[in-house]
This record gives sequence, C-alpha cells and structure tokens, in this order.
Amino acid sequence: MHEVDMTRCLLLSMQSWRQRHDPATPLVSRVHLQVGQFTCVEPEQLCFTWSVAVQGSWLDGAQLEIETVPLVGRCIACGGTYQPEVANAYQSPCCRQPLEEIISGRELRIRSVDYTLPTPSSPIA
Amino acid sequence: MHMPLEDTLGLNLLAANQHQADHNREHFDHWGLLCLNVMSSPGAGKTSLLERTLAALAPEFAMAVLEGDMTTQLDADRIEAIGVPVVPITTGRACHLDAAMVSGGLGLLRQRLNPADLDILWVENVGNLVCPAEFAVGEHRKVALLSVTEGDDKPLKYPVMFREADCVLITKTDLLPHLPVEVERIETHIRQVNPRATVIRVSATDGEGLPTWHTWVRQQRSLRRQDTLITPAIR
Repeated sequence: MHEVDMTRCLLLSMQSWRQRHDPATPLVSRVHLQVGQFTCVEPEQLCFTWSVAVQGSWLDGAQLEIETVPLVGRCIACGGTYQPEVANAYQSPCCRQPLEEIISGRELRIRSVDYTLPTPSSPIA
Repeated sequence: MHMPLEDTLGLNLLAANQHQADHNREHFDHWGLLCLNVMSSPGAGKTSLLERTLAALAPEFAMAVLEGDMTTQLDADRIEAIGVPVVPITTGRACHLDAAMVSGGLGLLRQRLNPADLDILWVENVGNLVCPAEFAVGEHRKVALLSVTEGDDKPLKYPVMFREADCVLITKTDLLPHLPVEVERIETHIRQVNPRATVIRVSATDGEGLPTWHTWVRQQRSLRRQDTLITPAIR
C-alpha cells in the first residue's frame, strides 16, 4: 500500500501550495494528477487513500482526478514510436529492439488544482 | 459566487520525498561516500549477498549498512555479526524505505561513527519488488536482485524496479540444475525493459559471479571518488 505514502507526499505538496494563498484557505474542488502507465501507482487505490486522508481536513471534499498517461517508447533502430504491451512485452514491434527510450508513461505529476478563494471578511469595527 | 480558479503546478507527486532524497544525497557527496540502494522481493538473497560482499570488501573499504525491515531486526543482527556497523530501520507498516527514514537512520549512524570516514554506505531496502522502485533515498546507484526461483517473468511483471536498476543480480544460480528455468530467458526479459543495466549471475552459496559483482562495486566507488573532486561541499 505505497499509495498511502504517495498520498502523504501529495498532501505535503498541497500544504505548501496552500501557503501561497496565506492567510486565506482555498476551497479546493479538484486536484488533477497525471499518472503514467509505467509507474507503481494504482489510480483506484490512490483515490481511495486520498478520500480517507482528506476527511476532516481543509481538503475535505476535494476530488482527485487522475489522467492515465500511456507508456510510449521510441525504437532505437528506426526511431518510430510504439506502445509496449505492459506486463507482457516491451520490445519494439517494428525492429524487436529493447525499451531504450521512454517518451511517456513515467509521469507522477500534480498537474493543477481547481479552487475558489473565500471572500475576505469585513474588518471588525 | 466566487470565480473558480486553477493553478498549474506541474509538480512531481513525490516532490516531498525527492526533496529529502536530494538532501541525503548532498550529505553523501559531502562525506565523499558511495551509497548503494539494494532492492528485491523478500527472500531473493539481499542479506546473504551483503554478508558475502561485506566480508570480501572489508579489507579494502570502510563500510556501513542501513538495514530496512518491516518488523524485525534479524537481518541487522546477521550483518552486525560480520563486524560492519549497521543501523536497523524498522519501517512498521511501510513496505519500503523512503528518504525521511534513511535520513533518520543516518542520524543514528552519526552517533556511532563519522560518515566522512566511510567509503560505501549500503542501504538494504525492504523486500518488495514494487514500492522501493519509486522512492528515491538519495542513493548513487540502485541494485536489484532477482533469484532464479522467482521465475523468468518477473522483469516483465515488475518492470519499473528492473528499469530503474543500474545493476541487476540474478541470484541463487547454484539452484539452476534443480529448476525448470532458463537463466538466459531471465536475462532477455531484463534487457527488454532495461538494456543499459549491468546484469551479473551470482550465487552467495558457491560464490559464482561474486568477483564480477565486487568489481562492479569497486568501479562505482572509483567513479564516486572522481565525482567528489568536482562536487562542491555543502554549507
């Protein structure tokens, strides 16, 4: 269950992002992630641990939106791109070359955050 | 109604871990030591390999071990018996070492010795083929073990670990006569996901391949020594 530790890292990043808006606390509706196919992350597990971790926190109710990025390699022999069959075969179908260069699929990225800022409260008279 | 806003972050999900790993790495470079992160599934032979390796290289190098284990200290006791300083890091429920845990282990190690006197720091990760691959601890090189008893399909099923490794050791080769497994197929599958890794067949029992493996370690140590000359000291 390393998704628990990944969620902890994600929360730390969110915490430092929050400080940009200090002293206001942004109301976050959605956090967009990009998760490559060639990573050790199970998107469903990550969404689950996130939903548990944010309960009762300033991020309560924020949804995690995960975009899966396919694994794409470039054939070292002919330069053509291909999508390896993950967990089965990684060599290029064109020239039978090993997976040398990965173009996409290793992403573990917090792409963006959707949020609103509360109206500043009126100064106390 | 407030205007919905969107901030683009483009941050690595594991930025918090990476930040700590970079910090560990700065310390390693400052101390001029080589840090090797040893990873495999449980029972692939990490501790046995380390026992043999530490005994063989002890006359040449000053070494220490950070020993990750989920619950027990058994592996640490085995290493300690060789006379190499070892700090056990019990991870509890976590199935891998992360950079913060290694930083904590370094703190304990510094109570016992001066890391600047070390040539090589070994990190024996928790037995797991999945998570340790994604969590950098600040190491200079990653070493992955795969025992011949695990089957030849593991590099395809757990590709990230074998892709990340700088050196892959195929262990327990003394068992090959008793198994319906072709070591060439294991090597082919490793090469499919990682054509750049050094792949060495070893046996901690009969000693096959250990001299080649020790040579690889010496080479990395020697490269590190050269790097140190151009790495600025941290303030």
